[in-house]
Amino acid sequence: MEKFILPDIPGLHTIDVYESQGGYKAFRKALGMKPEEVTDEVKKAGLRGRGGACFPTGLKWTFMPKQTTKPKYICVNGDESEPGTFKDRQIFEFNPHLLIEGTLIGAYAMGVTTSFIYVRGEYGRWIRLLEKAIGDAYARGYIGTSILGSTFSTNIVVHKGAGAYICGEESSLMNSIEGMRGYPRVKPPFPAQFGLWGCPTTINNVETMCNVPLIINNGWEWYSKIGVPKHPGPILVGISGHVNKPGVYELPTGVPLLEIIYKHAGGVPGDKKIKAVIPGGSSTMIMRGDQLEGACMDAESLKAAGSSVGTAGLIVMDEDTDLIKVIARISMFYYHESCGQCTPCREGTGWLWKILKRFEKGEGRVGDIDLLMDIANNIEGNTICALGDAAAWPVQSMIRRFRDEFEKRVKTSPPRVEQEAAA
Amino acid sequence: MLSEENLKKIEELKKSYPTTQALVLPVLWMIQEEHGYISEESMKYAAQLLGVPFAHVLGVVTFYTMFHSKPLGKHHIEVCTNVSCMLRGSEKIVELLEKRLGIGLGETSKDKKWTLSEVECMGSCGTAPMLSVGEEYHENLTPEKLEQILSDLELK
Repeated sequence: MEKFILPDIPGLHTIDVYESQGGYKAFRKALGMKPEEVTDEVKKAGLRGRGGACFPTGLKWTFMPKQTTKPKYICVNGDESEPGTFKDRQIFEFNPHLLIEGTLIGAYAMGVTTSFIYVRGEYGRWIRLLEKAIGDAYARGYIGTSILGSTFSTNIVVHKGAGAYICGEESSLMNSIEGMRGYPRVKPPFPAQFGLWGCPTTINNVETMCNVPLIINNGWEWYSKIGVPKHPGPILVGISGHVNKPGVYELPTGVPLLEIIYKHAGGVPGDKKIKAVIPGGSSTMIMRGDQLEGACMDAESLKAAGSSVGTAGLIVMDEDTDLIKVIARISMFYYHESCGQCTPCREGTGWLWKILKRFEKGEGRVGDIDLLMDIANNIEGNTICALGDAAAWPVQSMIRRFRDEFEKRVKTSPPRVEQEAAA
Repeated sequence: MLSEENLKKIEELKKSYPTTQALVLPVLWMIQEEHGYISEESMKYAAQLLGVPFAHVLGVVTFYTMFHSKPLGKHHIEVCTNVSCMLRGSEKIVELLEKRLGIGLGETSKDKKWTLSEVECMGSCGTAPMLSVGEEYHENLTPEKLEQILSDLELK
């Protein structure tokens, strides 16, 4: 497939090359349209968010109030911290102007005065690359006041995070921009009504924004024909773990997981069998290797397979992988990243981790499997944000699909006959 | 406490945000970049500079993993051990690091030359295993590559 988000064009990160390839044409075109026409185009294209929730982008944009005296904001979510996800980093490095152009189009469509691009603190190097690109776009008159001779004015600001996974949650991200601890907010009110500083705000993922110029340039009909109809467009699949060629691959949605693993990522080293995959970052439900036939990288297909597309960060594990170790490590992550606001998550994530460490050492107790399930079930749905669910799902799915792995690690007493013989 | 250049930058940044509280993270970053860590004294300074309570600044510093309220070693090595790195041998990398530096995860060497930290996913899953030193990422690590990185750092 032709690549649109990360095409192989040397120097595309520079504004000169970007412009020579038709860059900022979509933004110019959008400026000639009515704002609601732009939103409508995105809506009809069927673009769904690439940050994990797959929410329809155009619909989200329509939630922004038209009549308001308050300033309106966009937050572009570049906090990318979901284990197994490393796609936005490629955009910052290789095609930052596409992100800027998409953000500008969104700002025009929603009448936004300032867009904040929130980037995780660890990406210091990529923040500088992005800031350079934004500076160049200001200098060419694409950002600022009376843009390209129109009456439209808007600004873009990069905000650097400081190492908190939770800030990728949209309301936590807003609190972080406001200079606070990254605690998620209770919803409602939703960000479109009460977002940054109580003003209407829309939060979109970095990759989502990069799809917008494609839609405006080529029209919604063109876009909606890429990939699968219910979840169309190009998608950046990051594949890692036990594959020969890990990396980010731009593919149409609906590409079979087995095709990603064997055709694009070169298969499993040593031709080993696949024991399990995590299809969309550590928060998504783990799948057995024998469940992969027919499963594709799109929202509907992975839902049917009992998982979800998440951030399309595919982690492959071969037949020799110790899955108990994997799930213990994943649980440690959520324990570390829980913000501590809600009791079920704060206490439950640590509890899960401690029990899983027991299994890792082969010291699981009878009843521990049910206990894990019980704790996970009591976290799920009982917290302010989705981090609690994200901590519960991997544990639940691991037990459901690999119960035998847990049973093998339950500490058993030596058989009675041998005990007697020893005595 | 902060350089003239950074103070000017803060004035510029104020134009982008409707409140000064929003500058807490940017200002803390500046302090940490200039001083290596964020002391209690500098938290008080930031609070005064931005007109927010000291307790608020303290709360922010202690919430975010990347803010350090104590000095670190000269070279801060952060090694990822999350799933994708683990599947590609981060355990071996940690073992080698601990042996070579004579410190465990979360520790600083007595000569204050090294701090070794275990970190969560750094977005380097396709180039795992990895570690970072400051802002610099070192990816696709092998024992040989690791030795090279450490000997280079030793000379610095």
